[in-house]
Amino acid sequence: MNASYIGIRRYLVNHLATALSWLAAALVLVPLLAIFGYLVYRGFGSLDWAFFTQIPKPVGESGGGMANAIVGSAFILLIASCIGVPLGVGSGIYLAEYGRGRFGHLVRFTADVLNGIPSIVMGIAIYALVVIRQKHFSAFAGGLALGIMMVPTIARATEGMLLMVPQALREAALGLGIPKWRTTISIALRTASAGIITGIMLAFARVAGETAPLLFTAFGNSFWNMDPTQPTAALPLQIFVFAISPYEEWHRKAWAGALVLVVLIVAAVTSVRIVASRGVLKGSH
Amino acid sequence: MAVGIKVQNLKAWFGKTQALHGITMDVAPGKATAIIGPSGCGKSTFVRCLNRMHETIPDARAEGNVKIGDTDIYGSGSSAVQVRRRVGMVFQKPNPFPTMTIYDNVAAGLRLNGVSRGRELDAVVERCLTSAALWDEVKDDLKKKSGASLSGGQQQRLCIARALAVEPEVLLMDEPASALDPISTSKIEELIFSLKQNYTVVIVTHNMQQAARVADFTAFFLMGELIEMDKTEKIFTTPSNKKTEDYITGRFG
Ligand SMILES: Nc1ncnc2c1ncn2[C@@H]1O[C@H](COP(=O)(O)OP(=O)(O)O)[C@@H](O)[C@H]1O
Ligand SMILES: [Mg+2]
Repeated sequence: MNASYIGIRRYLVNHLATALSWLAAALVLVPLLAIFGYLVYRGFGSLDWAFFTQIPKPVGESGGGMANAIVGSAFILLIASCIGVPLGVGSGIYLAEYGRGRFGHLVRFTADVLNGIPSIVMGIAIYALVVIRQKHFSAFAGGLALGIMMVPTIARATEGMLLMVPQALREAALGLGIPKWRTTISIALRTASAGIITGIMLAFARVAGETAPLLFTAFGNSFWNMDPTQPTAALPLQIFVFAISPYEEWHRKAWAGALVLVVLIVAAVTSVRIVASRGVLKGSH
Repeated sequence: MAVGIKVQNLKAWFGKTQALHGITMDVAPGKATAIIGPSGCGKSTFVRCLNRMHETIPDARAEGNVKIGDTDIYGSGSSAVQVRRRVGMVFQKPNPFPTMTIYDNVAAGLRLNGVSRGRELDAVVERCLTSAALWDEVKDDLKKKSGASLSGGQQQRLCIARALAVEPEVLLMDEPASALDPISTSKIEELIFSLKQNYTVVIVTHNMQQAARVADFTAFFLMGELIEMDKTEKIFTTPSNKKTEDYITGRFG
């Protein structure tokens, strides 16, 4: 084997590897673009002002929209985030900073199992534990189901990101006489915040499109509702109801709803990212 | 004013392995004392016991008597957090807070200890950066740049300024220049020279020339024991212990 042979080989392998990774990246984009393109194709035509401002019309009447479902989804997701984010971040902090013992292992195991529970089972569980007891469906029950589903993802992301914060930074803070709890919040959590926010957004985007856990909890509603103790419309539920109906116009509305759902999720995730990255300093990474 | 440190029979462990075997020595107030010795002899462990940082490592513990001024820091009424505010520390690798500006790095100790002093903070930041010989280089970027965007030498001086802001009486430095280039190193050495007018300085170094340049006293450690401590001049010219002589003449370590 002579030197020039090795040189050529290296050149080829290097370029081949680069080309393959490009190809893989491009292939990831294909399904996303295809789905989005198809949603636009089927749904965009049915989007009008009424879609965003009116509630659904009864069968047979044309027009109407999904305004109550859009607002209802936002409402349920707000409740879910209020439950899932503090619980998830809190248990992630526990796992990273104090969870070396047996209880830590138990929490970690529970989080992984919880992550694997099918969403329909979560819906049924909340139905049995909350809905039956309160004797009616509610936005709160829906938010609770989604919120609990957010916890494992957020907890594991928080734990992972905190563990990546160099020990030297914690020592720097402790060395200044800053108490441990304050060091965790103001130094470790703050340093890890970008990654934790990504984890939160992943969990959020995942539950935002969930239908199954809402079937027996938020239930759906053809009218406006902003009372957390009452059944509430949600975009995925409304899409589901319209999509399984026998009416051609409702099918078109379901496509439009799906398009709006995807766009709203992407918009929510992107805007949180932009706001969060504002806080990041130049040269800090 | 600067305080002295009295160490009596200090022992330290990492789990079951003992790293310090009963150290007894006095650190003179308002002077720089160097700790020298081969790698792994317990220099870092020793200084980390002086501000109770040693116990932050899981399973690590220390035992013995350490007095900072009149306070027995391992006594029952003493709190680690209070001790660390009196005894500042600068680490081997510069460790500024990367998510904070230069200003916020210096202010961190006061703010996070709940001693936020509003306008006064500006003055504290300027004074500490000036003491750390960094003010002129960063005064225009105080609130614009992250602490992590500075060069290694500047970062280390930022860490010194950050430690000074808490107004400690003692400053511990664990090989503060070993990760830096020669120019930054000499800046840090000059700095240590000026700092010892107001603070009691304990500096760990494996560089004997450095000890000879900055320290009034030098202590030689070997395998977790204090072999000899004396005026720096005496240690490097006429040490009384054979092991010290072997070490400084380069026969081992
Ligand atoms: N985190 C740790 N866990 C276990 N042993 C340690 C740890 N840090 C240091 N040691 C041991 O303690 C002894 C003293 O270490 P150290 O104080 O760091 O030495 P030096 O700073 O003089 O190089 C060494 O034998 C080292 O292996
Ligand atoms: Mg060391």
